[in-house]
Amino acid sequence: MEKLLTELKPGEKATVVSIHGGRGIQVRLRSLGLVEGQMLRKLSALAWGGPVVVEVKRTQVAIGRGMAARILVRC
Amino acid sequence: MRDMGTEQRIRNAPQKPRKHLENDILLVGQPNVGKSVLFSHLTGVRTIASNYPGTTVSYAMGRMRGKGSTLVVVDAPGTYSLEPLDEAARVTVDLIDDAKRIINVVDSTHLERHLPMTLELIAQNKPMVVALNMSDEARHRGIRIDVEQLSAELGVPVLSIVAPSGEGVKQLVDTCLDLQPIDQSTRNESGHPGHHPHIQHPSPTGRNNSFAEHVHLNRDRIWKRVGELVEKVQTLEHHHHSFSERLEEISIHPFWGSLLALAVITVSFSLIRLIGEFLIAGAVGIIGEPWVELPFGTELLFDKVLHPPLIALSRAIGAESFLHKLLIGTLVDGRIDFMQSFGILSSGIFIPIGVVLPYLLSFYFVLALLEDSGYLPRLAVFLDNFMHRIGLHGYAIIPTLLGLGCNVPGIMATRILESRRQRFITATLISIAVPCAALQAMIIGLVGRRGIGPVLIVYGTLFVVWLLVSLVLRLTVRGFQPELLVEIPPYRLPTFRALGTKMWLRISGFIREALPIILGAIVAVNVLYQLNLFAYLSGVAEPVITRLWGMPSEAVVPLLVGILRKDVALGLLAPLDLTVKQLIIGSVLLAMFFPCIATFVVLFRELGLKDGLKSLGIMLLAVFLTGSVLNLILR
Repeated sequence: MEKLLTELKPGEKATVVSIHGGRGIQVRLRSLGLVEGQMLRKLSALAWGGPVVVEVKRTQVAIGRGMAARILVRC
Repeated sequence: MRDMGTEQRIRNAPQKPRKHLENDILLVGQPNVGKSVLFSHLTGVRTIASNYPGTTVSYAMGRMRGKGSTLVVVDAPGTYSLEPLDEAARVTVDLIDDAKRIINVVDSTHLERHLPMTLELIAQNKPMVVALNMSDEARHRGIRIDVEQLSAELGVPVLSIVAPSGEGVKQLVDTCLDLQPIDQSTRNESGHPGHHPHIQHPSPTGRNNSFAEHVHLNRDRIWKRVGELVEKVQTLEHHHHSFSERLEEISIHPFWGSLLALAVITVSFSLIRLIGEFLIAGAVGIIGEPWVELPFGTELLFDKVLHPPLIALSRAIGAESFLHKLLIGTLVDGRIDFMQSFGILSSGIFIPIGVVLPYLLSFYFVLALLEDSGYLPRLAVFLDNFMHRIGLHGYAIIPTLLGLGCNVPGIMATRILESRRQRFITATLISIAVPCAALQAMIIGLVGRRGIGPVLIVYGTLFVVWLLVSLVLRLTVRGFQPELLVEIPPYRLPTFRALGTKMWLRISGFIREALPIILGAIVAVNVLYQLNLFAYLSGVAEPVITRLWGMPSEAVVPLLVGILRKDVALGLLAPLDLTVKQLIIGSVLLAMFFPCIATFVVLFRELGLKDGLKSLGIMLLAVFLTGSVLNLILR
């Protein structure tokens, strides 16, 4: 099932399907290993529109909510 | 290798016209891999290393002895790729161009994240060694890397090191120096001695810019190649969750993490105050009566040791002479009041050593603990939501916290933020509403004499100003507001070595740079008083200072001296016989009005002339309003 990274539940694993955004966002996410086809696990999402924390390639990465909402994943 | 003729020149990020910097060895790697630690080891130059991405925002240069000659070593700021996304990364790309040899520092615990840049670097055709740092931590986490095979696959030497202990560093240097420089004129045609079949070389005409484009197109191939490499050389062993990993889970939990953030902030600020108070007065206690009182502290030291000889000197000179005023200052009830007398030998020594230094020690100790443990990026995550509402994102908390120590490194650290808009807002806020540790020490020392309430009003007002100015800036400053995107490092136990080095660098910086300015400011004040120049200034400033802000017109002197040093300026409020209300207003105004000269210079250097002037305009408006409002609402 495809959904946005923000909709994923903490603890769920998923694969990145696509990243919607300009080249700047693509480049920044890619530099931290977030590319299409990459497996990730959502660790937590902070309340009231706070950032989403995911584990990708055994590293924790915090992603601002707005940016997380541009990442489509399949789980 | 260490303690050779060392030299440190921390340079600024080159602005538009770029400077060339010839260097023999360039340390390149992603943020937070330990480049600065390795650099210190190689050169003996001490640099500030911490546990969060973005510690080094400009580059450091040092020298080391090797192969019978002196070699220039440069520590580049961390960058995730050769496509520069921020100021720090742009600096690195330029440095690579001028480098003779590269040491690519890689985090062994996250090989797959670091190898893409290694491949990009290899394609640059510079003699290069890969240093697998944190190999002890990798072992601990059950990660095994076949170093020889990795080296064979990459076609460049690969070595395991542990930078903090120096393990493997000597071999690394030997290997690096054995590399043959590649003839620059033929580098595009001949290629690198090694083989890296999955990366195409740039076309013979290609320069580095077009190379970046080129790499961009080949991203998928790079990731694919990295996947294959990691598969071949790395094995993971299952291991049990360690305590620090449990703590990492708790730290990002929406509920427990918030509690932890709150606790960390509260404990940090209390600890700073407790240690500071203890060093000054030998007393420990948060509010009201102290729990412990010991015959210890700088106050006692000055009263017992420095007071008697100074009084003798005072008698010898005679209380009426100008020399007495300059050296000892004004006597209060026949005694020297180290806070109020304002001579070079009395307040001139007491303010920096007796009041400010203890707080700096305390502040930088606690800050170093936060920096080295790896907590700061986690704090940034929790504050992200709040910071978004004021036009910033969570990572802006790091420059702001540094600004609480000294505004200068705080403003420099705004370089870790991505957009010009964020840098402008954060730097402006720091210069207006973030009091440095020296000023805070004086606020606590002087305003604190009138009780904890007035101190809290001063801090509360500054916080409200910070909030209001940021809201106004958010609405008025146009530009792009990036989202938080940050790697959260694992928790690490701070080492005494790193802690000590960092504190020494910061404290010695204060003694070297601030002490002469403090003494100079005190001389200037005494001379100007003697020349009666202040009487004229008081008359000119009277309408604003007295009518609007309710301060005595002599307060113009501290406000002007604040341009040199904030701590001395606040000290000048002491002899004015102010009411509590005036003292509060005076402290707030001093914190906000004109950044001290060092901050001023850095502000303009970082923002440029136009934005620097804008920032000053906002400051003047904010000071004007805050002073007036406080005068209206306080009684």
